[in-house]
Amino acid sequence: MNLKIKATDLRKDILTLIYKARTGHTGGDMSVIDILTVLYYKYMNVNPENIKDPNRDRFILSKGHASEALYCVLSDKGFFPKSDLDNYSGYGSKYIGHPNNKVNGVEMNTGSLGHGLAVGVGMALAGRMDKKDYRVYAVMGDGEMAEGSVWEAIMAAGHYKLDNLTAFVDRNRLQISGTTEQVMTQDSQEKRWEAFGWNVLSINGNDIDALDAAVGLAKQSKGKPTVVIANTTKGCGVSYMENQAGWHHRVPTEEEYAQGIKELEQRRAQYE
Amino acid sequence: MNNIANKQAICNKLLEASQTDKDIVVLCSDSRGSASLTKFADELPEQFIEIGIAEQNLVTVSAGLASCGKKVFAVSPASFLSTRSMEQAKVDVAYSNTNVTLVGISGGISYGALGMTHHSANDIATMASIPNMRVYLPSDHFQTEKLIEALLQDDKPSYVRVGRNAVDPVYEENNIPFEMDKATLIKDGTDVTLIACGEMVKSAKDAAEILAKEGISARVVDMYCLKPIDKDIVIKAAKETKGIVTIEEHTIYGGLNSQVAQITAQNYPVTVIGMGLPDAPVITGKSQEVFDTYGLNAEGIAKEAKKVLNK
Ligand SMILES: Cc1ncc(C[n+]2csc(CCOP(=O)(O)OP(=O)(O)O)c2C)c(N)n1
Ligand SMILES: [Mg+2]
Repeated sequence: MNLKIKATDLRKDILTLIYKARTGHTGGDMSVIDILTVLYYKYMNVNPENIKDPNRDRFILSKGHASEALYCVLSDKGFFPKSDLDNYSGYGSKYIGHPNNKVNGVEMNTGSLGHGLAVGVGMALAGRMDKKDYRVYAVMGDGEMAEGSVWEAIMAAGHYKLDNLTAFVDRNRLQISGTTEQVMTQDSQEKRWEAFGWNVLSINGNDIDALDAAVGLAKQSKGKPTVVIANTTKGCGVSYMENQAGWHHRVPTEEEYAQGIKELEQRRAQYE
Repeated sequence: MNNIANKQAICNKLLEASQTDKDIVVLCSDSRGSASLTKFADELPEQFIEIGIAEQNLVTVSAGLASCGKKVFAVSPASFLSTRSMEQAKVDVAYSNTNVTLVGISGGISYGALGMTHHSANDIATMASIPNMRVYLPSDHFQTEKLIEALLQDDKPSYVRVGRNAVDPVYEENNIPFEMDKATLIKDGTDVTLIACGEMVKSAKDAAEILAKEGISARVVDMYCLKPIDKDIVIKAAKETKGIVTIEEHTIYGGLNSQVAQITAQNYPVTVIGMGLPDAPVITGKSQEVFDTYGLNAEGIAKEAKKVLNK
C-alpha cells in the first residue's frame, strides 16, 4: 500500500468530516495523521473482524481531541461504516469529539489530557504478565507533556523497562494559547525522555518513511520503552492551517474547504 | 438583550479591579482563550501567569502565591479543576485556607459533544464536600459581577462555576438584588417553590410564568450559593408552599437537590423533586438539546411542579 496516498486521502476525509459536522480539532488531526497511518496500515495487528482479539496490538490516542483522525482511520479500516460518521458529534451520536470506547476499535476513553500513556503502561505490564507479544502504542500532544501525570507514566515505563510500549509525542510546537515554548517550555523532549530511561528517536513526524523506520526500530528495542519525538507541523497538508495556533479547533469555511481539498488533491497527484 | 457570557463578566470585573489592586493575580492552564481572559493576559501581563496544561500545578501554585499575600483567581475548565486538581483544592486551598478563587469555566455540560471528560456534572458535590470550600453558581452575568465583587472583598477559598455560552439574563441592569451567601428570591409564590442554581435559574423563572397562566403560584429562588447554602429560605419555602422542585445542571447526587432534601428532611419534611442530569454520561448534543432531553427546560420544570401539587 502507498502510505503517502493513504495519509493524503485520510486528510481529505478528516477535512470533510469537520467541514460537515462544523466541529473538530483540525490542526492536531492533520499533524497526527501520518503517525496513525503508519501504525494502522503497516504495523498494528488489529482486525475489525475480531476486535477483542487478546493478542491484538493496543492503541491509545492520549491527545483525544484528535478524534476525527482516529475515527476516519477506524471507519476506513472497516471497524464501522463510514456513514456512521454522518452524525459525528450530533445529537445522540456515540461518535463524540473524543475517542469513545463504545465505538468499535477504540480501546479507552480519552479527552482529558495526560491519561493515555499511563493506560499504555498498564496494558504493557499486562502483556508481559500474560506472556503475550502484542505491542502498545500511545500518542500524546506536546502541550499535553505539561501534565505531571505523563511524567509519572514515563517514570514507570522506564522503571519496568517496557520495551513492548512505544510512545509518540506529536511535537507540532503549538497548543491552544500559542507556541509550546511560550506557554510552557517543552524543549528538550529528547533529553527529558532519555533521562527517564527511554530509547529516544527524534524524526520528522509527517514523513511517512521516517515514521516507518522509527516504528520498526522501536520493535527491536530490548529492555527500554521507545519514544518517537515526531516533529510535525500542525495543520500539515493544508497551507493556510500550517503552524497556525488558531487552527487548533477552527472549522473551515466553504472557500477554505474547497481550497484545502484542492491542495490535498495536488499533493496526492505527486505521490501517484 | 444584553447577552454576555458569565465568564466574560468575570474577565471584565477582574480587569477593572486589577488596574488598581496589584495583588490580584490570574492563572490559566492553556485556558485563557476559553476563559475570555486573553485581554487580561495582554493588558496586564505582570498580573497573569500561564501554567500550561497542568491543572494540579495551577491550583497549588495559586495557593503558594496566595500564601504570600496575592489575591488569586485560577481559571480552568470546571471539569479538570473540580476533579483532577481536587486534592490540590482540598489540601492547598481549603485546608491551608489560602485566598484562592477557583473559577471553573465551561461548566456542567456546556462542552456538549466533547463528552464526559469535559463535563463537570459533579463539581458541586466534589467541591462542597471539602471543608472550608465555598461553592457558587451564578445565574447570569449581572449576578456574576456582584459575586466577583464580593469575593474580591474577602480572603477565603471558593469555587465558582460558570457556563461556556452567553445566556439570557435573569436580572436587569438596574435591578440586581444580591446579598452574599443569601439566595435571591426572584418571585414570591404560595403553591410550589422552584429552587435553581446557575444557568437553570432562567428556565425556572420561565416555568413560573407558564404555571402562572395555569393559575399556579410558583415561588422562584436563585440559590447561587451552594455552600454555604441559604437554609432559611429553604425552610421558609417548605413551610409556606406545598413542596419544592430543585433544578440543577449537575447530577442529582450531592448537588442542590441533595442539600435541599437534607435541609427539609431535618427541619420540615415536604416533597422535594430533584431535576438534574442522569447518573450516566449525558446524551451527545448541544446544551439545549441535552437539557430538552432531560426535561431541564421551562416546560419540563412546570410539569414537575404540577406533580408536587398533585401528590
Ligand atoms: C486535562 C486537560 N486539560 C485541558 C484540556 C483542554 N485542551 C484540549 S486540547 C488542548 C491543547 C493540546 O495541545 P497539544 O497537546 O499540543 O495538542 P495538539 O497540538 O497536538 O493539538 C487543551 C489545553 C484537556 N483536554 N485536558
Ligand atoms: Mg501541540
